[in-house]
Amino acid sequence: MKAFDYAAPASLPEAVGLLASQPSARLLAGGTDLLVQLRSGRKEADVVIDVKKIPELNEIAFSPAGGLTIGAAVPCYRLTADASIQSHYPALVEVASWIGGTQIQGRASLGGNLCNSAPSADSIPLLIALGASALIAGPAGSRSVPVEDFCTAPGRNQLAPGELLVSIQIPPPAPFSGAAYLRFIPRNEMDIAVVGAGAAVTLSNGVIAGARIALSSVAPTPLYVPAAGESLVNQMPTAEALETAAKIAQEAASPISDMRGSAAYRRHLCAVMVRRALELAVARALEIN
Amino acid sequence: MSAKVQVQTTINNEPVEFLCEPRQSLLECLRDIVGLTGTKEGCGDGNCGSCTVKLGDRIVTSCLVLGVEAAGESITTVEGLAHGSTLHPLQKAFLDHAALQCGICTPGFLIAADALLQKHPHPTEEQTRFWLSNNLCRCTGYDKIIRAVQAAAIEINGAAQ
Ligand SMILES: Cc1cc2nc3c(=O)[nH]c(=O)nc-3n(C[C@H](O)[C@H](O)[C@H](O)COP(=O)(O)OP(=O)(O)OC[C@H]3O[C@@H](n4cnc5c(N)ncnc54)[C@H](O)[C@@H]3O)c2cc1C
Ligand code: FES
Ligand code: FES
Repeated sequence: MKAFDYAAPASLPEAVGLLASQPSARLLAGGTDLLVQLRSGRKEADVVIDVKKIPELNEIAFSPAGGLTIGAAVPCYRLTADASIQSHYPALVEVASWIGGTQIQGRASLGGNLCNSAPSADSIPLLIALGASALIAGPAGSRSVPVEDFCTAPGRNQLAPGELLVSIQIPPPAPFSGAAYLRFIPRNEMDIAVVGAGAAVTLSNGVIAGARIALSSVAPTPLYVPAAGESLVNQMPTAEALETAAKIAQEAASPISDMRGSAAYRRHLCAVMVRRALELAVARALEIN
Repeated sequence: MSAKVQVQTTINNEPVEFLCEPRQSLLECLRDIVGLTGTKEGCGDGNCGSCTVKLGDRIVTSCLVLGVEAAGESITTVEGLAHGSTLHPLQKAFLDHAALQCGICTPGFLIAADALLQKHPHPTEEQTRFWLSNNLCRCTGYDKIIRAVQAAAIEINGAAQ
């Protein structure tokens, strides 16, 4: 690995200042993407700025009115152990326990998953389905971006030079709501999704009041398909309604062929995975409340 | 080359200080600077788990940690498992069950299995296989490793209720 300096700022203003003064700096959370990329020479850095000492990036906070705030650097093993996440966002616990294996989860953060902006990132479709937003800080102050608008191309995102991700904010779960993320992988663990699907539904008197659906590994960025969710509104959660939504999501996908699967196979999987994710989300909406 | 950094940490319950370049991984620092060569390098990119160490309250692949990040932390490596010449029950179970052949994966499996048994005193086979999915072994076919971990669980924590 090419030589670099290391800094671990202890506050957000200090980190923003440092980032603004160092154009070739890279931010380090768990390093499970960054250190691999630096070692292989795919990325370079003169300075690596460790963000794990910044309090705002390390917090997990939940309130019934405000929802969930996940600091950008919180590693997956803390998410899976958190009682409020376990009871209010079970799908998030599942995603956090699927990113890599135990050792990767000891380091990998959802902030890093989002900022690495891979089309295959497992947490992003679920975050989109849950209606999450990204809180960003930079030299000009802070701003919030819906997660579906965050990624712009493979490995690229909305962050301007000098900006960093502070936290991911997820609205409180509505009564009679449920969410799920499912991925198709050739092994049970430690692999990259061939297709992943995130879904969230809210029911009202047995009728779907709102639904959000997003996919991974089928487009240059994680793909939000608003029309798929909208097709479900005012419908009973019947097999036909879920199938129709799954077909709409499938049509929005533009998968490529690679060693994990052909475009046609991925397209087929889109409908299957979305339907299953919706079924699980509906089941959860009915059971939790 | 950037300036070397002095790192103060705790390894296997002993205070340790070492000097490293910021780009050096914790794995490199342990092996090449501190001289603890029990931790092995397989892939160098987080997949094989042979470099697993305990860092604070969780296990990590030390090839994907910078040595400078160890400052103020507490690390356990495979050298910290035995008490003097008495092997840790996991080490003994690995020998008794022939859970190793070439042995390069073994330190990583031992550290990972130790963390598993601290979290789940009597893990099921499925829990054990999922927990150890970040550790690869090209020799044993895994089965003997799973049996060894299950035997060690009983040795350490008694028979399951
Ligand atoms: C063996 C292995 C298995 C894996 N399995 C999976 C998997 O199953 N699913 C999956 O989705 N991913 C997987 N990954 C990829 C990786 O672990 C995840 O993307 C992880 O969530 C990255 O988080 P991190 O904290 O390690 O990020 P880092 O590597 O620290 O950072 C990732 C990127 O984000 C930037 N960054 C970090 N923090 C911030 C911030 N606060 N603001 C702005 N930019 C920031 C970094 O500069 C870097 O470009 C795997 C990786 C490995 C090595
Ligand atoms: S050497 Fe670290 S995971 Fe393989
Ligand atoms: S014993 Fe050789 S790799 Fe596991």
